Amino acid sequence: MPDFTRTWDVLVVGGGNAALSAAITAAQAGASVIIAEHAPKTMRGGNSRHTRNLRALHPAPTDVLTDSYLEEEYWDDLLRVTGGRTDEALARMTIRASQHAPGFLRDCGVVFQPSLSGTLSLSRTNAFFLGGGKALVNALYRTAEKLGIEILYDTEVQEILLEEGFAREAIISWRGFPERIRCKSVIASAGGFQANREWLRQYWGDAADNFQIRGTPYAQGTVLKNLLAQGVQEVGDATQFHAVANDARSPMCDGGLAMRLDCVPYSVVVNENVERFYDEGEDVWPKRYAIWGRLIAQQPNQRAFAISDSQALHDYLPSVFPPLKANSIGELATALGLDAAKLAKVVADYNTAVQPGTFQGGKLDDCRTQGITPEKTHWARRIDQPPYHAHPLAPGITFTFLGVKVNDRARVMMSDGKPSANIFASGEIMAGNILGQGYLAGFGMTIGTVFGRIAGEEAAKLVRN
Amino acid sequence: MSETDTVVEARRQMEICNACRYCEGYCAVFPAMAMRREFTGADLTHLANLCHGCKGCYHACQYAPPHAFGINIPQTFATLRAESYAEFAWPAGMGGLFERNGTLVTAVAVLAPVLALLLTMALADPATLYTAQSGVGAFFRVVPYWLIITLAGGSFGFALLAMGQGARRYWRGTAQKPITSPAPVAEAAFDILTLRNLGGGGHGCNDVDDSFSATKRWLHQAMFGGFMLCFAATTTGAIFHHFLGWKSPHAFLSLPVQLGFWGGIGMLIGTTGLLWLKTVTDPVPVAKKLLGGEYAMLGLLWLIAASGLLLLGLRHTGAMGVLLALHLGLVIGFFLVMPYSKMVHGIYRGLALLRHAQEKRAA
Repeated sequence: MPDFTRTWDVLVVGGGNAALSAAITAAQAGASVIIAEHAPKTMRGGNSRHTRNLRALHPAPTDVLTDSYLEEEYWDDLLRVTGGRTDEALARMTIRASQHAPGFLRDCGVVFQPSLSGTLSLSRTNAFFLGGGKALVNALYRTAEKLGIEILYDTEVQEILLEEGFAREAIISWRGFPERIRCKSVIASAGGFQANREWLRQYWGDAADNFQIRGTPYAQGTVLKNLLAQGVQEVGDATQFHAVANDARSPMCDGGLAMRLDCVPYSVVVNENVERFYDEGEDVWPKRYAIWGRLIAQQPNQRAFAISDSQALHDYLPSVFPPLKANSIGELATALGLDAAKLAKVVADYNTAVQPGTFQGGKLDDCRTQGITPEKTHWARRIDQPPYHAHPLAPGITFTFLGVKVNDRARVMMSDGKPSANIFASGEIMAGNILGQGYLAGFGMTIGTVFGRIAGEEAAKLVRN
Repeated sequence: MSETDTVVEARRQMEICNACRYCEGYCAVFPAMAMRREFTGADLTHLANLCHGCKGCYHACQYAPPHAFGINIPQTFATLRAESYAEFAWPAGMGGLFERNGTLVTAVAVLAPVLALLLTMALADPATLYTAQSGVGAFFRVVPYWLIITLAGGSFGFALLAMGQGARRYWRGTAQKPITSPAPVAEAAFDILTLRNLGGGGHGCNDVDDSFSATKRWLHQAMFGGFMLCFAATTTGAIFHHFLGWKSPHAFLSLPVQLGFWGGIGMLIGTTGLLWLKTVTDPVPVAKKLLGGEYAMLGLLWLIAASGLLLLGLRHTGAMGVLLALHLGLVIGFFLVMPYSKMVHGIYRGLALLRHAQEKRAA
C-alpha cells in the first residue's frame, strides 16, 4: 500500500509518454516522484499506447532516420498544417529539442526499428518504435520502476487543490478509495478530453454520440477542466479535435490505429442522403486522412460510405472489418440501407464523368472526372467491375485541441499572465500551445517527450531550492 | 489444413494485425503476413510455424487482452502449430499422439529405461552387469553390440522416416513451391542456425516479460548445439569403430568423448534454463495445453544428457552397466517418440523459413 502520509517532491498526473518522460527526468535529478495513472496496468499509457513514432530533427542520417531533417523544413511543415495557429518560439524550441528525444527514449530502454516500409513512408522524418507505442510505454515504466518511482494504477486525480496559485495536494480515487497525495509540485500530463462525451456534446450536440474515440477511454479531461476552473489560462479551440475516417463498425472507444480506413482516394464517398460531399482524390492520403474525420462528422448521422469495385481492393491497406460486397450497386445500396436508385445514379454519373488517364496509386495521377460536383481530381476510375465494395465510415477522434497555456519551461500560465509557482504540464494537455489546428504525424509524441523532460527538470529544480 | 476453431481464430487475429502492422520489425511472421490479404488454412499454418514464440508482438500489442480484440499471437500460433503437427504426422493416424503429449512423453521417458534395464538384466551375466568393466569392448560386455545397433539404429531410422514423411506432407499440405535456387535454402539455414527470429538485430525477445533479453535464444542455442555435438559424438564413435577399428571406450580427451562431454554440458545448461524460463515467464502469451508436452520433452532431453554424463563419469565403476542400460533406454525412447513430440517443430519451422525465403524473392 502506498504511503499517503508522505509529501512527494513531484506528483505526475497521467501515465503516457509525456508523464513518464517527466517522471523519469525528475527522478534522475534526485526528486521523489509519484505517478497517478487512471488506467489499470494492462491499459496504461494513455494514447501513447496507440502511437508508433516520433518526429525528430536530425542534421545527418542516424541508424533509425534517413537523410536529414532540419529546423526550417520542420517549422515549414508545422506552419503548413497549423495554418499559422502556433507559437513560433515554443514550436522552434520544441523542434530543436526533438533532436535529443530519440536518444533520451533509447536511454530509457525504448528500441527503435530500422526504417522499413512504414505505412505513411515517414522514415526520413520519423523514428519508429519497435512494436509501436505500447512497447515504448513498457520500457518507460520499467525505467521508472528501476528509479524507484511510486506508480499508482487505477488512480484518478479528481482535483488539484490550489492555495494562492500553489498546488499542495491532490484529491484522488485510488482503486476506488478516496485518498490524498501531498506534493511540492505537480506535473499535469493527463491528456485531452476526447473520451468525455458529455463535454463533446457541449459543442457538438447529439452528433457527439456518433463519434468514435480512437484512443484511451481515460482521456476524460478531469485535470484539464479542474485547472482551467482554477484560473489557469486556456489555449486552443475547445470545439476542435483531430479526427480520421474510421470504420463505422469500430468499437466506440479504444479501437486504435487499425480502425482507420485508407480506401477513400480509390472510392467515391457518399453520405446517408446518397450525395457526394468532397473531392476524394484531392491529394495523397497521408496529406488528407486527417481532414476526412471532420468532413464525416459534418454529414447526417456522422456517417459516410466509400464505394469502390474489385479493382480498387489492392490499392489500400487491408481493413479489419471486410468490405460489404455485392454484385450490383443496387444490391450494395440495399445492404448499406441507402436508396438504391439514387446510389446507382451517383455511380453512373460518376462513371460517365471519368476522363481517360493512367492510374498510379499513391501518386498524384491524371485520372480525374469532368462535369460532376464535386469533381474527383485524382485516381478517378470507372466503378464497373463487380463485386462492388463498400466501407461504412465514421469519424474517429484522436485528440482535442483545448489545453492549458504553458511557457517555454513547461510552467502552466495563470490568468493573471504569471507562470504558476509549482504546476507544470506536458503532452496532449498542453499540445494546443504549439498545434492550434491540424496535425503532423509523430509530433504529439515529440511534444510529450520534449515538454515532459523540461517539466521534470524544472519540477526537480524547484523542489531542490 | 482443416478449418478448426484455432484456424478461424488465427484468421481473425491476422486480419486485425494486417490492418495494424506495428509489429513489422519483430520477426518474419509480419512481413509474411503483409504479403497476403486473405488467409487460407495453409497460409495460417505457414505463419504459425514461422512464429518462434518470442512474444515480442504480444507485449507490444495495443489489442492484447484485456482489450476486446484479445490479440494473442504467440498463444494462438502455438496452438495452431500443435494442430499442424498432428495433421501432418506420419503414419496418418498417429497425430492423435499430440493430444495429452506430456503424458505420452513422460510415459516413454519412464518406460523405455525401465524396459532397457529389464532387458539388460535378462540378457547380461549379473557378474558382468554389476562389476567394473575396463578395456576394449567394455560396454558391449553389458549390452551386446548387435543389440545396440539394432535398437538404436532401428528407432533412429524410424524417427527419420516418420519425420521425413511428415515434412513431405507438410510441404505439400501448405502448398509449397519447388526449390529452384540455392539462395533461399542458404538463407533458411542461416536463420535456423542463428535463431535470427528470436530477437535478431540485437534487441532480443520478451522471453520472461516485456523486457528484452537474449536468454531464450542462448539457452536454445546451448541445447541445440549440445544436441548436435552429442549426435556428432555418436557419429564419430561409429566411424572410429567401423572404419578405423578403434573400439570404445575412448579416452576422455578423444574426439567422441570430448564431443559428447561438451554436448552433454550444453544440453544440461540449455534444458535446465529453458525449464526455468517456462516456470517464470508471463503465462498469458503461452498455450497452456501444450505445456505438458514441452516440459516432458525438456525433461527427457535433460535426463539423456545427465545420464550420459553420469555414465562417462562412472564408466570405470560397477555402476556402468546399469547407467548404460538407462542411458540407452532413454535415447531409444527419445527416438521413438521424437516424431510425435515438440521435436518436430524444428522440421516444420525450417520448412516455413525456407518458404518465407522463397516468398521474399518472389515478391
